[in-house]
Amino acid sequence: MSELATRTSTTVEIDNHTINFGPQHPAAHGVLRLILEMDGEVVERADPHIGLLHRGTEKLIEYKSYLQAVPYFDRLDYVSPMACEYAFALATEKLLGITAPDRAQWIRVMFAEITRVLNHLLGVSSFALDCGALTPGLWGYVEREKLLEFHEAVSGARFHSNYFRPGGVAKDLPAGLADDIAAWAETFPKFIDDVEALLTGNRIWKQRVVDIGVISAEDALGWGFSGPCLRASGVAWDLRRAQPYDKYSEVEFDIPVGQHGDCYDRYLVRIAEMRESVKIVKQCLQKMQPGPIKVQDHKIAPPTRAAMKQSMEALIHHFKLYTEGYHVPAGATYTVVEAPKGEFGVYLVADGTNRPYRCKIRSTGFSHLQALETLAKGHMLADTVAIIGSLDIVFGEIDR
Amino acid sequence: MADESIKVDAVLDAIAALPGVTAARRELGELVVEVARSDAYALFTRFRDEFAFAQVMDICGVDFPERAARFDIVYNLLSVTRNERIRVLVQVGDSDSLATVSTLWPSATWWEREIWDLFGVPFDGLADHRRILTDYGFEGHPLRKDFPLTGYVEVHYDDEQKAVVYDKVRLTQEFRNFDFLSPWEGMTTLPGDEKARGDRK
Repeated sequence: MSELATRTSTTVEIDNHTINFGPQHPAAHGVLRLILEMDGEVVERADPHIGLLHRGTEKLIEYKSYLQAVPYFDRLDYVSPMACEYAFALATEKLLGITAPDRAQWIRVMFAEITRVLNHLLGVSSFALDCGALTPGLWGYVEREKLLEFHEAVSGARFHSNYFRPGGVAKDLPAGLADDIAAWAETFPKFIDDVEALLTGNRIWKQRVVDIGVISAEDALGWGFSGPCLRASGVAWDLRRAQPYDKYSEVEFDIPVGQHGDCYDRYLVRIAEMRESVKIVKQCLQKMQPGPIKVQDHKIAPPTRAAMKQSMEALIHHFKLYTEGYHVPAGATYTVVEAPKGEFGVYLVADGTNRPYRCKIRSTGFSHLQALETLAKGHMLADTVAIIGSLDIVFGEIDR
Repeated sequence: MADESIKVDAVLDAIAALPGVTAARRELGELVVEVARSDAYALFTRFRDEFAFAQVMDICGVDFPERAARFDIVYNLLSVTRNERIRVLVQVGDSDSLATVSTLWPSATWWEREIWDLFGVPFDGLADHRRILTDYGFEGHPLRKDFPLTGYVEVHYDDEQKAVVYDKVRLTQEFRNFDFLSPWEGMTTLPGDEKARGDRK
């Protein structure tokens, strides 16, 4: 009895609980299931569960010819479809040892930049929406629709365009499209000004994102960051500049770089990149000359419809191309592009047949999402939403 | 441009001279290095610290079922300071494991989890060894070449059990796998012509 009385007892109050964020949550940007261990309202541990959108794309591609594999890339990062096709087209071209004609390269650069604007519009506006700002989202969708019309004009589809093909692009620009794009490029910077007027100096917005989710340049490299997220941490690394592909070495643009590596800088970098993209689109329109839009080797690119009506050889080429496809010499390549979200890579192993032996897709958001725990630790639950928004993740590409 | 190629070759020579590197070459302009499994971790440490490969952009597996060491584990490293990429290949057998590099690059954790999930290659020292892309409770490693494209199980909603249940996969149409290897290009010797080219002594 006396022993019990002398022992001092301390009561430790533990207010730890685990909450399940998603997979159905408007701020989860798709199907993210996030297990959050909370200490009160502060995040202690964040464990993202991914794979809810896994469709086995890499396995499917192993059973398709190279041409049939292209549409799968639209369905990876469905916010910037053409950027994903780009990596696969370049990888296949590298293994085949061919280069696309000049006009095709200009068209691809131009549409890669249009896709970048398309992506950043959604990225920024849904980021703002996550933090409670509705208007940029509404405006962004209107502006996106104009760009999707350009997609539709060249490929017939708004999203799943299947436009960049190994050896060039599927079709030439229809008449009048260049003028439409030029007109858009003149008016679009005004729209960015409008969005910036709503957000950049907005004190509520800054209260939500400044100094939230800070990552240093060193950590960002270790976590495999790339694209705007890496540049926001102060690393001036852009594949379009460092390892240029197609016509990127012939266009002038600046690489916006942040200093703090927080959500606000990631937002500012994306805004600045949209302005740079418009500059590149204008240069493409200026420098583009008439010419072929795919390689003239009909064992790789189909002959024209008219030729097929006259020439037996063209007809055979067409038939062989759309049944068997082309055989790619054995070899392997890791080819990357600067997709809007960062480095998007394809590791393509060919064994000399008409199908890829292995096609590994290096998705950008995979490494970004992985760093979520590092970014969100010690922040409030609502900040986690802002961090997810600032990383600009899309589950089509993460889950593959 | 000439200076560039000399500099580039110097990197190749320096890496080829490292102990544990079994082969180093340039393939389509990309630096490819083959490394013995036992030396891999020590070499990765040197790649990171001495050659400034601060980023591992991608780790993936490739399955060659006919080979004794069945899997290639492929590491794509990137140095942003030197603007250089390197591809490191490590061969791994069916029952072997690899040392994790997640201690060198934190981003390797998920890539290694993915390889475990899709190929079944385990990593020693990996703190988090759960599956990542497939379903909870999934069996098998789908990216192995002997795993069928259609898989083994499918899910559907069962009205009696009032739940989503697993069932054996049933194909409404037989799986079609066309053999497009044309005898005119795929085969160098036509049937009935086997003796024509043989070296008879």
